[in-house]
Amino acid sequence: MNPGTDKKLIEDLLHPLLHTSAKFYLAVAFFGSIVLVGFATWAYQVVNGIGVAGINSPVFWGFYLVNFVFWIGISHAGTLISAILRLCNATWRQPVTRCAEAITAFALMIGGMFPLIHLGRVWLFFWLIPYPSERALWPNFRSPLVWDFFAISTYLLASLLFLALPMIPDFALIRDKTTGLRSKIYGMLSMGWQGTPKQWHRLENAMHIMAIAILPIAISVHTVVSFDFSMAVVPGWHSTIFGPYFVTGAIFSGIAALIIAMAIIRRLLHLEEYLKPLHFQNLGKLMGTMSLLWMYFVFNERLTVWYGNESHEQGVFGAVQRGEYSPFFWTMVVLNFVIPIVILGIRRLRTITGTVVASIGIVIGMWLERFLIVVPSLSYKQLPYSWGTYTPEWPELTIMASTFAAIALLFILFAKFIPVISIWEVRVGTHPEMKAAETVAEGEAAGELV
Amino acid sequence: MQEEQVREEADPSYRWGMTVDLDRCTGCEACVTACHAENNIPTVGPDEAARGRAMHWMRIERYFEGEFPDVQVKFRPVFCQQCDNAPCEPVCPTYASHHTEEGLNAQVYNRCIGTRYCANACSYNTRLFNFFNPEWEKPLNLQLNPDVSVREVGVMEKCTFCIQRINETKIEAKASGETVQDGAIKTACVQACTSNALVFGNLNDRESEVSRLSRSHRGSKLLDDLGTKPSVTYLQRETWHESGNR
Repeated sequence: MNPGTDKKLIEDLLHPLLHTSAKFYLAVAFFGSIVLVGFATWAYQVVNGIGVAGINSPVFWGFYLVNFVFWIGISHAGTLISAILRLCNATWRQPVTRCAEAITAFALMIGGMFPLIHLGRVWLFFWLIPYPSERALWPNFRSPLVWDFFAISTYLLASLLFLALPMIPDFALIRDKTTGLRSKIYGMLSMGWQGTPKQWHRLENAMHIMAIAILPIAISVHTVVSFDFSMAVVPGWHSTIFGPYFVTGAIFSGIAALIIAMAIIRRLLHLEEYLKPLHFQNLGKLMGTMSLLWMYFVFNERLTVWYGNESHEQGVFGAVQRGEYSPFFWTMVVLNFVIPIVILGIRRLRTITGTVVASIGIVIGMWLERFLIVVPSLSYKQLPYSWGTYTPEWPELTIMASTFAAIALLFILFAKFIPVISIWEVRVGTHPEMKAAETVAEGEAAGELV
Repeated sequence: MQEEQVREEADPSYRWGMTVDLDRCTGCEACVTACHAENNIPTVGPDEAARGRAMHWMRIERYFEGEFPDVQVKFRPVFCQQCDNAPCEPVCPTYASHHTEEGLNAQVYNRCIGTRYCANACSYNTRLFNFFNPEWEKPLNLQLNPDVSVREVGVMEKCTFCIQRINETKIEAKASGETVQDGAIKTACVQACTSNALVFGNLNDRESEVSRLSRSHRGSKLLDDLGTKPSVTYLQRETWHESGNR
């Protein structure tokens, strides 16, 4: 290994951790204050009643649930993508995985908040948790909302583990590169990592086990989220296609979020040498495939409902296809299918800018998709007498905006304290023929090398 | 111990049901008003009502047939159908919505955390949600029915078939060593109905009026094809469906 390049690599990737600019404080203050406004709005809602939101009868679920499904979808960026790429041994993944896994963890934290925010009596949320109560009262295990609780908490735990495991060698590196309190803290986080062959072997094994375990978990999570809808006898919800349809949409929007995050990080932290056009192109191809798959599901879902011509379904079908919700529907199709297929299908357009443009469209389009699943069905249930409509109120919009600020804030803090690109994996990757175990064989431990 | 107490109170020889005679209904909404008074249902005011948050456990649906001046109006009182196979029950994460042995969909207000999933799942849109804490301007707070609890913000509520009246009559009958006689229980809406369109009673008693009426050839269930098995039967002339039948 060329010691010069290696030193530069470490310097580049540790630079954001060791040097703090005024911009960092500004950004934290900016996004932090928006997040605080979001929390204040939530407090306002708790004090005054959930009625300050725009939900009504019959649309009892509104933006909060839309955002819940949306963020859980975004969370499929990481874990799933990075686990698949790890298992396929795609070497180009190395600079991408940590970023992706971080999105998963943060999006899950944010998404998991929404079922609480939308509760009528949030102070009693712990009744959703199975705990041994002296009244022998348990949650209702037949309820999809209880399945949600289990699915999301399992996924959060697994993806945090998946995120934290490959950080250990990097923490050790930071421990060795710094002094004083910082060295001590990272020393504790590195949990005694010395880079011995045995430790490398254990880490590789653990990563492999986690990568395999996380795939069924990730797929089941969004399937369970889809069960929230498909289990109810509501027109437009009661569909067997929802499980795979939701998972596809989730991975689709997840890749889009990942591309946007990578482009921002690349620009702000000057990581142009590590996040190369190749990474965007490859992720772009994956996203293009998901776009086709997503359109396939939408087509299937819409066609069967229309052809079946079942009277209860026609109210909501008409409203989405040609009624009041149709502008959203066709915007969604353009953003999720037409534009991405053009940009990602033509090699000349599959640049960094191109993929980012497509990704922004997809994130918006997928949000609209979630909206079109939740709201129109509730507006047009079986009895036409109680058809209704829904307009969001400012608390819903404020809290939604604050979640976007929250993910920015979490990412800024993450990039400040943890290398956003996995240093040891990139080091292994600079020599494609070298595997981690061989690195060890050469006597190179993470901490020793300069 | 707890379980035994519950068993003792619930008597499976009762299965409460109702019939609504659409040919008798005049759409006067006396039932709606009586229901409000009996069950301490708050009024939400015009602004909230315009936002689709009006609280009525019972609503009179109006359907117009024909062109002016030759118009016919049809009324359909709709309230919780107390389904035997209720979509609202399995989805509740806390068992706030659950089935009693007497065939009622009970709603335990104190156990409700306000996910509103039951209201989405209900095909009849008969579940009402307290978007805000209910208020009664003085002296209206003095007219609250002491037999019925007042619900707080974030809680789902709906027609209970006046369970407080059912229980009262059952307790009285038990004290005198008898079973509940047909017609002894009148829910608030039944009591207020001017045209006797509403009949309440025990469906398990084949001799009861409600049981007899719900077996009538005029009877049908609302959204029967969903398989929710409602305890409410709607009675109407068989020609009702044909528009313009004069």
